[in-house]
Amino acid sequence: MTAGREIGRPILEIDGVSLAFGGVVALQGVSFDVREHEIRAIIGPNGAGKSSMLNVINGVYHPQQGTVAFKGRKRRNVDPHEAAQQGIARTFQNIALFRGMTVLDNIMTGRNLKMKSNFLQQAVYWGAAKREELEHRAKAEAVIDFLEIQHIRKTPVGRLPYGLQKRVELARALAAEPELLLLDEPMAGMNLEEKQDMSRFVLDVNDQMGTSIVLIEHDMSVVMDLSDRVVVLDYGRKIADGTPDEVRNDRGVIDAYLGVAH
Amino acid sequence: MTEQPDTFPRLLLQQARLRPARPAFREKDLGIWQTWTWAQVADEVRILACGLAALGFERGDRLAVIGDNRPRLYWAMMAAQALGGVPVPLYQDAVAVEMAFVLQDADVGFAVVEDQEQVDKLLEVLPQCPRLKHICFDDPRGLRHYRQTELTGFEDLRAAGREFARRSPGFFAGELEKGRPSDVAVILYTSGTTGHPKGVSQTHAAMIQTARVLVAFDGFVDKDEILCYLPMAWVGDFLYSYAQMHVAGLCLNCPESPDTVMTDLREIGPTYYFGPPRVYESILTQVMIRIEDAGWIKRRMFHGFMAVAKRAGMGILEGKSGIPLKDRLLYRLGEILVYGPLKNVLGMSRVRVAYTGGEAIGPDLFDFYRSIGINLKQLYGMTETCVTVCMHASGDVKLETVGPPMPGVEVRIADSGEVLVRSPGLMKEYHKRPDATREAIDAEGFFHTGDAGYFDAGGHLKIIDRAKDVGRLADGTLFAPKYLENKLKFFPYIKEAVCFGHGRDKVCAFINIDMAAIGNWAERRNLPYTGYADLASQSAVLDLVRECVEKANRDLAQDSTLANSQIQRFLVLHKELEADDGELTRTRKVRRRHIADKYAVLVDALYSDRTSCFVETQMRFEDGRSGTVSADLRIVEAKTFGAAAARKAA
Repeated sequence: MTAGREIGRPILEIDGVSLAFGGVVALQGVSFDVREHEIRAIIGPNGAGKSSMLNVINGVYHPQQGTVAFKGRKRRNVDPHEAAQQGIARTFQNIALFRGMTVLDNIMTGRNLKMKSNFLQQAVYWGAAKREELEHRAKAEAVIDFLEIQHIRKTPVGRLPYGLQKRVELARALAAEPELLLLDEPMAGMNLEEKQDMSRFVLDVNDQMGTSIVLIEHDMSVVMDLSDRVVVLDYGRKIADGTPDEVRNDRGVIDAYLGVAH
Repeated sequence: MTEQPDTFPRLLLQQARLRPARPAFREKDLGIWQTWTWAQVADEVRILACGLAALGFERGDRLAVIGDNRPRLYWAMMAAQALGGVPVPLYQDAVAVEMAFVLQDADVGFAVVEDQEQVDKLLEVLPQCPRLKHICFDDPRGLRHYRQTELTGFEDLRAAGREFARRSPGFFAGELEKGRPSDVAVILYTSGTTGHPKGVSQTHAAMIQTARVLVAFDGFVDKDEILCYLPMAWVGDFLYSYAQMHVAGLCLNCPESPDTVMTDLREIGPTYYFGPPRVYESILTQVMIRIEDAGWIKRRMFHGFMAVAKRAGMGILEGKSGIPLKDRLLYRLGEILVYGPLKNVLGMSRVRVAYTGGEAIGPDLFDFYRSIGINLKQLYGMTETCVTVCMHASGDVKLETVGPPMPGVEVRIADSGEVLVRSPGLMKEYHKRPDATREAIDAEGFFHTGDAGYFDAGGHLKIIDRAKDVGRLADGTLFAPKYLENKLKFFPYIKEAVCFGHGRDKVCAFINIDMAAIGNWAERRNLPYTGYADLASQSAVLDLVRECVEKANRDLAQDSTLANSQIQRFLVLHKELEADDGELTRTRKVRRRHIADKYAVLVDALYSDRTSCFVETQMRFEDGRSGTVSADLRIVEAKTFGAAAARKAA
């Protein structure tokens, strides 16, 4: 593991991003940045545009206005595929794994982008293809060890409880050795113990691998404990941005969450 | 003939000389079994010993070892012994407070631990343990930001060791020379059903002699393999893994993680296996669950051939004559179709000897393993006697006994019925407890085990209960609670039972259901439930448990001395008994008295004529927080049987 966790320069800069689907405005002039080795949370009430924001970052949606700059390279329209190649990995709000495949195979798919040998070479499984496979397997095993899922290595994902599936999804994202990790509600639907485990893994990933993390989460205690800085969205607008303490005491945020007396 | 090595470090060097290239340790890491040969291990231990010396470890110092079974932790024990120090393995799941007691009691100055979890616990109790100056950790994960001066990484320790060895090359050999067989080799803390644990000091001589007897008894050689998955702090692991590997040169395999033991077992295929009854039980439970879920062809085949195995298997295993040819042929076929594949899945294809001990084993369980051809044997012993008091010899195995005394061991039954033992494997003393030592070992050198038992006609020892637990009902009937509890626990649906009755007019019981077995049972019947407490309170479940209790009662009715101790009323507890709540010992034995005090309300209700009782209990969750659970428990009456009725029913 590389030494990490000294918050550095911005790795991701979002500048004036607006996104609309027909007449429905999802994001309106949102700007913020994510620094190297930072855990950045995005919070907000339902429908605030959090998931849309993640989808803009990894290229699923293309904003009508504004720019996204990853590692200093400005871009407007990028495909998820390219985003992944540049070093952005993500997990999904609703688990998106191959349910019939084993945990190990699912994690190996996370290495797919890094495989160089072609289909024919892999079919013959000889020479470079074999060496490469072993190398990728070793990387996958390191992730398995890191997330402590050795006991389910050969279990089909569909047979696993929900909390473990979430962990496998994180494992697949980590297998791609991303520089920026997008986690869409990694703890939704988990019990307290599973949440604590997951929180520890998120912190460990950030600390040991030095990965920058953008996190969407509803559980406020998790957000406040984990993140270095928090962005608050409401109806597609950024209403606050700062450390957990600053955000917690922000009038606008309190109003957005608790409602305002008119 | 040269003299045999008489200390563990000398045995280690002998093995490294005799079989340098044979595997000594394996550990699954990153999905691959890594192997260390005897020569490599000897070298690692030398470097580690020098590393410890560089930190200031001296002869007689104590080294705490805490963690799952890891090669490096075993090496640390070897290194401490090489320096004339004493390893003190601790239970890795003990909470910090429990650890603090042992660390203080054993004057521990150094610790080698597995990971951050253990480091955190030690740092927490550091203020109470001023002698603890150095903590070395194997897995650096999560520890990068720890700045405590006490901490040393494993690689740093090795680097220091290499440097130290370079400067004083003769140091290691010199320290080895100073070792005496009468030195204490290890201090093992007994879990203790009452009060603080006691440290049992065992010498090199006692452990090595005992291991030699065992190796000769079952003919262990360097090709034998064992999977060490039981706590390192337990005498069984020290003797059966550590001491035996030194004597026989066999190979120790460390599982990848505690959750992967079943898979690892299958991959390694050990030739020699040890487990307390509950491990065999949980394996069998899993097998039965899987079979019940299998298709009907497989199910029919399994049950059909298991019937054959029950009829003929044990006789064939013991080499008896008089088994019909038809059964022999059917058994042969069963071996190909059922027993063989089953043993393969369980990782028991290559098992030559399997031991169990520590507690009574259920008849169904014992017969199951023996009938499919696994040579399962019982043994009897405790930490103070290096286990090994009695053991079944292959071919002379009885369910109700623990076998005849081992060679060199004298067993005597006191007038009170207590079992007394004198053997070369007897402990040197209880650490810092001369009073307790005097109490346990009498003037003639016999150790008082505290167990009640007797010899049967074949010279086998039969243990019935703890001597102090055997009581009497108000009418004078013998009341052996553990005997009753075991009878109940032999039902797959019952996980734990606690019986009351001493000085009372009848026997009543608390019961813990087996979540895995009953959960599966409920699912197959489409009974919804949310968790343990909910499942335990459902009336269908209570009926199921009542049937089990009544079966046990029918059994008891046939024994004239115990017929009156049939269980008349019981309740199913709303939470599982836990070691964290002090209800079980770390080796998962029930602490009857503690439970009786804690749930006094429930005991009173059992002995009144009430049909339900409200209870509220403090409990500790796995994450360390505590809270309360409450429930309204139903009290169930169970049918009892007259001796005559039982005979008719049978």
